[in-house]
Amino acid sequence: MLRFEGTDTYVVTQDLQVAVNAAIALERPLLVKGEPGTGKTILAHEVARGIARDLITWHIKSTTKAQQGLYEYDAVSRLRDGQLGDERVHDIANYIVPGKLWEAFEAPEAPVLLIDEIDKADIEFPNDLLLELDRMEFYVYETRRTIQARQRPIVIITSNNEKELPDAFLRRCFFHYIRFPDRETMQRIIDVHYPDLKHELVHEALTIFYDIRQIPGLKKKPSTSELLDWIKLLLVEDIPPEALKTRDAAKLIPPLHGALLKNEEDVHLFERLAFLHRRERGGS
Amino acid sequence: MFFSFFAELREAKVPVSLREYLTLMEAMQKRVVTFDIEEFYFLARTALVKDERHLDRFDRVFAQCFKGIEARADPQTAIPESWLRKIAERFLTPEEKQLIETLGGWEQLMETLRQRLAEQRSRHQGGNKWIGTAGTSPFGAFGYNPEGVRIGQHESRNRSAVKVWDRREFRNLDDTVELGTRNIKLALRRLRQFAREGAAEELDLDGTVKSTAHNAGWLDLRLVPERHNVVKLLLFLDVGGSMEDHVRICEELFSAARSEFKHLIHFYFHNCVYDWVWRDSRRRHAEQVPVMELLRTYDRRYRIVLVGDASMSPYEIEKEGGSVERWNDEPGEVWLRRLFDAYPRAVWLNPVPEKHWTGTASIGMIRRITEDRMFPLTLDGIDRAMRRLKRRG
Repeated sequence: MLRFEGTDTYVVTQDLQVAVNAAIALERPLLVKGEPGTGKTILAHEVARGIARDLITWHIKSTTKAQQGLYEYDAVSRLRDGQLGDERVHDIANYIVPGKLWEAFEAPEAPVLLIDEIDKADIEFPNDLLLELDRMEFYVYETRRTIQARQRPIVIITSNNEKELPDAFLRRCFFHYIRFPDRETMQRIIDVHYPDLKHELVHEALTIFYDIRQIPGLKKKPSTSELLDWIKLLLVEDIPPEALKTRDAAKLIPPLHGALLKNEEDVHLFERLAFLHRRERGGS
Repeated sequence: MFFSFFAELREAKVPVSLREYLTLMEAMQKRVVTFDIEEFYFLARTALVKDERHLDRFDRVFAQCFKGIEARADPQTAIPESWLRKIAERFLTPEEKQLIETLGGWEQLMETLRQRLAEQRSRHQGGNKWIGTAGTSPFGAFGYNPEGVRIGQHESRNRSAVKVWDRREFRNLDDTVELGTRNIKLALRRLRQFAREGAAEELDLDGTVKSTAHNAGWLDLRLVPERHNVVKLLLFLDVGGSMEDHVRICEELFSAARSEFKHLIHFYFHNCVYDWVWRDSRRRHAEQVPVMELLRTYDRRYRIVLVGDASMSPYEIEKEGGSVERWNDEPGEVWLRRLFDAYPRAVWLNPVPEKHWTGTASIGMIRRITEDRMFPLTLDGIDRAMRRLKRRG
């Protein structure tokens, strides 16, 4: 049986691994939720790599319709061909453009299909895909043909929780909520991404990172992807670990904090706290 | 197999259906996991729970079913007893265990702890009675009392000591407990609806091209009305007095609300709505708006949300001159009814927890006046309120 065990660039926790393997074994879609930046989209990429299958991604926008994932009828080019007297015009099948789902159904070996940010679409979007994802087939009206999946693709769906998904849809999926990684897991994630990083630097960076996440009232807490970016910047700028270690009141704001705090108000909040802290120190 | 577990989940209001149960059975049959309780827990969770809000409830039921822990009446204060027992056993020396007897024995200690947990709502540090850190109370972490029971300390949270489901990591995702800006936004978004309104005046280019092509080349112009968010909302916030405690939560609600509506107009009142409301909470007397004018200005399509604790003296609702701010010729009840009559889609959100509502007379009165359209200020409550706002009357 096909099993996903994580890859050399992705740290997978045991609970996530069970969820992915359940979805693979039972051929049901896996719905992944979690804080932004905890690696939801990357998961699909890594699953595809881990089990050596192709990845087909379908990014959802607010204007995406379920039908676009199945197929589209290109009436405009047919019209143009008709006016130019092209022979192709007599067969309507020439103007049916397959969508991502069709592509996944027709693949010779079951691929991984990523439906990214399903909550961005219209509220009816998941409902429109119920039957297609359940039975893995659909009907093309123009050519009167039913498209059936050769093998059921491994479907991974991500959501940022902007809209509630309908119950009927949820019932057909496995669900996993990616929790924010604890320090130990985070250390492993960093090791995987920057294997020959000075241990000290990682330690200091993690301390600052978790300290910042502790600040109450932050609009957007920094996440894993921001931490990785920040460490990359620290490396590029060649900041020594000592610079992070300093608990000197005058330099409480960590270097290159722009990578961690993405919101103006958060930066202000942080600076204000640092200022208060400094004043306290000065007074005592 | 596991049917009682399934039944318990439904009992605990985790929405599981037969379909999910069968999925779990199928996964067991296909040997997705081996005979490992932790893996089984992960599998059951991924198959049965479909929303992070229910994860905490699931954890509790799981612990109960697979370890035989008694259910507590109040889930918010439940800490698995065996969890405490285990930790106490790990940390207490035999002498200390004897000392427990000084507080009336283990059972007594647990009983007191349960009471304290129920009484205490906020985080506490120091002191000698409440549960928190660094105190001398028997309960809490890093304390000096030999009878101490440690709660929520790092040692007790490490992997080997406590089972995963007992760690209750998803607690703050439960929608009946906490309310953050993001949560509120999600709930309020339920109310947002786009509609095409007014005359068809915008050229629908895609539609035109498509229908022209289908028409074999004969031009077929398509027009659509403009699309915009149609929800208009009047928000009334109670300020001052007993509401001071809830001001923060109200501000959060308010900041979340802003971006979700076409029109959002806010007003402030104190305790109950009378003939005047204010535009600015700080300059009460400078910017007053008569409620009558408000009723004339905004039509019935506006929805209204009142946020207030509805905790006041009954006189403030039923008597003329009951207002604590200024003389009112007509009682608050009349004004409230006027407001709720004028706007068929209206709700009252109350930050006081729902279970305490019966204790305050004025809350009961306002619930009667609003025809039971009062909802608690939790995510679940807002959800219900927003659903209510969608329909008339």
